Amino acid sequence: MVKILKKELLVPNIHFMVLESEVIHLNAKAGEFVVVRPDEYGERIPLNLVDWDEHSASVVFMEVGTSTRKLGCLKSGDTIADLAGPLGRPTEIVTGKKILAIGGCYGIGALYPVLRAFKESGNTVITAIEARSAFLLYWQERLKKYSDEFFEITRDGTRGFTGHIDKFLNWYLLKNSVDMVYAQGCAYLTYLVSQTTKPVGIKTVVGLNPIMIDATGMCGVCRVIINGETKFACVDGPEFDGHSVDWANLLTRRHIYINEERRSLSFYECEKYG
Amino acid sequence: MPEKIIPKKTPMREQPPKERIKNFNEVPYGYSPEEAIAEAKRCLQCKKAPCVAGCPVEIDIPGFIKFIAEGDFKSAIRLIKEKNVLPAVCGRVCPQETQCEQVCTLAKKYEPVAIGRLERFAADYEAAQGEAPIPELPPSTGKKVAVIGSGPGGLTVAGDLIRLGHSVTIFEALHKPGGVLVYGIPEFRLPKAIVYREVDYLIRCGVKLVLNFIVGKTATIDQLLKEFDAVYIGTGAGLPWFMNIPGENLNGVYSANEYLTRSNLMKAYLFPEYDTPIARGKRVAVVGGGNVAMDCARTALRLGAEEVHIVYRRSKQEMPARIEEIHHAEEEGVIFDWLTLPVRYIGDERGWVKEMECIKMQLGEPDASGRRKPIPIEGSNYITPVDTVICAIGQGPNPLIPQTTPDLKAGKWGNIEVDKATMKTSKPKCWAGGDVVRGGATVILAMGDARIAARSIDEYLRTGVW
Ligand SMILES: Cc1cc2nc3c(=O)[nH]c(=O)nc-3n(C[C@H](O)[C@H](O)[C@H](O)COP(=O)(O)OP(=O)(O)OC[C@H]3O[C@@H](n4cnc5c(N)ncnc54)[C@H](O)[C@@H]3O)c2cc1C
Ligand SMILES: Cc1cc2nc3c(=O)[nH]c(=O)nc-3n(C[C@H](O)[C@H](O)[C@H](O)COP(=O)(O)OP(=O)(O)OC[C@H]3O[C@@H](n4cnc5c(N)ncnc54)[C@H](O)[C@@H]3O)c2cc1C
Ligand code: SF4
Ligand code: FES
Repeated sequence: MVKILKKELLVPNIHFMVLESEVIHLNAKAGEFVVVRPDEYGERIPLNLVDWDEHSASVVFMEVGTSTRKLGCLKSGDTIADLAGPLGRPTEIVTGKKILAIGGCYGIGALYPVLRAFKESGNTVITAIEARSAFLLYWQERLKKYSDEFFEITRDGTRGFTGHIDKFLNWYLLKNSVDMVYAQGCAYLTYLVSQTTKPVGIKTVVGLNPIMIDATGMCGVCRVIINGETKFACVDGPEFDGHSVDWANLLTRRHIYINEERRSLSFYECEKYG
Repeated sequence: MPEKIIPKKTPMREQPPKERIKNFNEVPYGYSPEEAIAEAKRCLQCKKAPCVAGCPVEIDIPGFIKFIAEGDFKSAIRLIKEKNVLPAVCGRVCPQETQCEQVCTLAKKYEPVAIGRLERFAADYEAAQGEAPIPELPPSTGKKVAVIGSGPGGLTVAGDLIRLGHSVTIFEALHKPGGVLVYGIPEFRLPKAIVYREVDYLIRCGVKLVLNFIVGKTATIDQLLKEFDAVYIGTGAGLPWFMNIPGENLNGVYSANEYLTRSNLMKAYLFPEYDTPIARGKRVAVVGGGNVAMDCARTALRLGAEEVHIVYRRSKQEMPARIEEIHHAEEEGVIFDWLTLPVRYIGDERGWVKEMECIKMQLGEPDASGRRKPIPIEGSNYITPVDTVICAIGQGPNPLIPQTTPDLKAGKWGNIEVDKATMKTSKPKCWAGGDVVRGGATVILAMGDARIAARSIDEYLRTGVW
């Protein structure tokens, strides 16, 4: 049993959760993730580590299906069944580079430790966070602390730059050059970022989010195709060169259980709400 | 001595195939006391019993069988447990036909004594009496041992060392202990309650169990060594192999580990009560010929498949699976495609596997493993419809620990190298055994390694000499 030390709704559907852990901080690094299991019936789901200290590990998650809905219903003081980590390979922290870091939905939270590490290693960091509308953006102050420039992007134009991330990238890269683009968020965002930077040849590192189970390299469900070669995202990733990812395969594999996921959610909601 | 030799084993009652493929309950029911006594009386009580040497942990087989024949079941289990701490597990999953039962004197002319079934009987009898009493433990030595992995090897080391007065902590990466016994071998072959009972016993003896702790990530071995005097690495062979043929990343193509982990560890067979889903394919192909393949095929049937094929590149004689499992799979209606090798999987427009292309094989000269090498028959390719494919061609040692422990010597396949007499690795204060050393092997061999390591660890802790 793992205690929830703090839980907070950041914006509709996206939560911040601090979990009790005495061990995750021992080796935690930016870009790594943890696995959580909400209860005895629950799935093991991967979530990026957004922060940690000697007594805790924090995550930001978006409610999309049963597991994240279950987590969403919990409050400070409640417990979850399991927490394991840190997992995956950490972000490669370069030095002295100009980096454009992009986050969308839960990826805004996931960006936080990476920005911090980039900044603390002497990089110039330009941050851009993206959402459908202004009310879905969060953590601006936290992220600004580690950003040299800061942009907000909304598709409906309620704040900052209007449009999707590809439009922003085309606009920004027209008059600025960067050494590297880094992106965290749903597969569509990381895909779009990679597609946009590929023609202009800017190194692009993205966090991938295939389905996982054990997240220790034991089952192979998380396999992704990188440069034509099969890799296990949980141990070889989850960050990869966005230009080398077989996106069609990743997006297809993410939907293996779409019917079961719907059924699971309606089963859970019926149980919970009758 | 029996008055008259009974040529056949006392049969064990089991769920009829038609019924059992609709549930995940254990298939054989086990012997009643009467059946066990009858079977035990078949034993010749050989003076130089060859069965004992056939057992990798050298259980006093005629000794415990004699107790059963006399109806003294308590003494029987006590004698077994002197050598084997997981008899309820081994009685069910050991390949007795290539170990103790193969060399049984009776087997020269008749069926051997059903040693495995009797072992299982004695263990189940004990369990039915309620919680096993805790043995008297010696005073604490003050030495601390970290055991990495809670498979049969890790559990054995822990059990041996706690009884010698050392403090033992098991670190397990997953959220449940038991290793392959829990995530790999299905409920219908090894009920999980049996494994948890053994783990619970160790905990009552004072072993500490830390779940969700991935050594190499959560803490490295070097970090553990700051707190512990010795480390045993029993992390198993968890890395699934694929064939690297076209279409292996299509939806509906599983590794055996994924398929079994979903069903066993995550209880996907009880979906949606449990949240983890699994494909309930109608036409399933399982590639491979070992116990793992049999477990996948029989799981697929229970998940509602109409047709399950085992696709194996050699013939029945070369299959490494236990005979009992092949027999059970046949009874349940699994179809065996011998001498067949998949060469590619073909997907539909949604990215799901819909067909597989296979090539027929013939057997040539024996290869390094001593088995005849399969050679493709040119032009014999054919395409067959499938909606689920499970790749059960084997797995390699888990790479996390070798990757994060630079001074630990590992072989070409990632297996940790050890001195066989002590199970010491190249790294001081570190021992290893079981599948991480051998590659995919067996429960009893993992336990045998663990025994040797425990003895060596104890000696080191007492003398301080590496
Ligand atoms: C390495 C890694 C790190 C991750 N980090 C985070 C994180 O920090 N925060 C976070 O919220 N999520 C993160 N994810 C994704 C998260 O694991 C999934 O959202 C979660 O498993 C969904 O479980 P569920 O049972 O709630 O939904 P499911 O029932 O599994 O899915 C419900 C539906 O939502 C879709 N879906 C699932 N996940 C996503 C997604 N991320 N984006 C868009 N659609 C999705 C599914 O395809 C399905 O249609 C990460 C994934 C990986 C592999
Ligand atoms: C499906 C299947 C069926 C089988 N059937 C049979 C059979 O009928 N008879 C038989 O004798 N054998 C059978 N085997 C083989 C047998 O199960 C193994 O040989 C045996 O379990 C090996 O034991 P072990 O202790 O070495 O490791 P495992 O049982 O593999 O346990 C290793 C444990 O270590 C944990 N671990 C791994 N890495 C780390 C880490 N970094 N930190 C912490 N923990 C870690 C794993 O999660 C796991 O729990 C079967 C195997 C499979 C997969
Ligand atoms: S070899 Fe067979 S008959 Fe002889 S003691 Fe062993 S079990 Fe009994
Ligand atoms: S999640 Fe199982 S191997 Fe990556």
